[in-house]
Amino acid sequence: MDQQSRNTVFAGGFSNPPVAAAHAFRAAMSAMARPGQVQEIAGATPPEGVSVAAGSLLLTLCDPETGVYLAPDVDSEALRGWVAFNTGAPIVAAELADFALGGWQQLQPLNRFRTGTAEYPDRSATLIIEMHRLDVPNAILSGPGIKDTARMQVPELAALQANAALYPLGRDFFFTSGSQVAALPRSTQVIAEA
Amino acid sequence: MSDYSFAYLDEQTKRMIRRAILKGLAVPGYQVPFASREMPMPYGWGTGGVQVSAATLTPDDTLKVIDQGADDTTNAVSIRKFFEKTAGVDTTEKTAEASVIQTRHRIPEAELTEDQILVYQVPIPEPLRFLEPRESETRKMHALEEYGLMHVKLYEDISQHGAIATAYAYPVKVEGRYVMDPSPIPKFDNPKMEMAAIQLFGAGREQRIYALPPYTQVVSLDFEDYPFEASKADHPCDLCGAEDSYLDEVILDDAGSRMFVCSDTDYCRSRREAGHSGRLGEEAV
Repeated sequence: MDQQSRNTVFAGGFSNPPVAAAHAFRAAMSAMARPGQVQEIAGATPPEGVSVAAGSLLLTLCDPETGVYLAPDVDSEALRGWVAFNTGAPIVAAELADFALGGWQQLQPLNRFRTGTAEYPDRSATLIIEMHRLDVPNAILSGPGIKDTARMQVPELAALQANAALYPLGRDFFFTSGSQVAALPRSTQVIAEA
Repeated sequence: MSDYSFAYLDEQTKRMIRRAILKGLAVPGYQVPFASREMPMPYGWGTGGVQVSAATLTPDDTLKVIDQGADDTTNAVSIRKFFEKTAGVDTTEKTAEASVIQTRHRIPEAELTEDQILVYQVPIPEPLRFLEPRESETRKMHALEEYGLMHVKLYEDISQHGAIATAYAYPVKVEGRYVMDPSPIPKFDNPKMEMAAIQLFGAGREQRIYALPPYTQVVSLDFEDYPFEASKADHPCDLCGAEDSYLDEVILDDAGSRMFVCSDTDYCRSRREAGHSGRLGEEAV
């Protein structure tokens, strides 16, 4: 490992972990509680190719108890080293993952990821999807956390509708871009914008 | 601030609780198991709520803690002091000024906003527990959406008492899927649960966390011919005269005289400060 990647691996964690993680979690929680609403989340500086928002989610939620899957488009020695040094989370196969990170296409097929069981629907994967932007809504959302309807940019409708149809099973999604995060839990109904 | 890690808990514990909160929000009303920690207070004193609050608080928050609506009871005072010491957060007794409100057995009278989080202390999170003691069975009943037993219980109330006698911890159905225990709040508070704030529930001894995102549909179970009724004592508050608030009955002497007062102390005080007065308002102040 050269000096450059060594620096990347050891740097970029939360500067004041208890406080930074508390702020980042509040953003993640607000996002999950209000599907479609974009929140600011920051604190982490992950290796190049991964957004600040996705890096902050990993530092806030992952530790040695959670398996992380890295899709081919983000998987690199630098990121593996960064995740290992900053969270201690093991890198695992998609089928075993608690968290997965990558672009939408690279994470397909979605049915590899755990949906939980009828008795324990919480034992399901949370997918962190890297997006170019979050501000071009193409879907209308309804369900818990949404007063009437909300609008959101999603990468694809059919797969997300199929996921919602599994409720109470299913995967939960964070969409990240730069320092922004929005979420789409399995409880949200998604339809195309007219 | 003190030498405690921010908000007392270590980071790994907070991450574990935070993951449970997120899954709870994704499946409203479902009880997520979590590895509840020993806290420096006994089980039954709000250890679940305290752990959820600790994982939720940021240094910018203003915390309010109520016990049966009151800010000045032992449980509320000690939890408020706990977070003043370990998290260094501001605290308040005013509902409108709080960003996080931890509660035991009440929902504040004032309507909560989108910027607020309500954390409930829950003793028995499983609504079916007194009907079916085995966890393996209740888990199956939730999985299969088999809630007939709960309706039988409510029916037995009617056959014995002529009405649904359950007055607190009145079961609700969340988004048409999970039957949930709203914690021992009076059923008067049930209709308020469809609110703008995020609601988080923590049961420390029973090791469960569950949640309601804002505006989640929460329906109190009932029958067409015996509809749910949010009841309260049929009196105005004797201190502030409010007719819309939940009341406590206070015995005043051996001769049977009594008074009714708002259980929400902040609501009552703000009404009296605004000039409202009840039957005993003047002498009691």
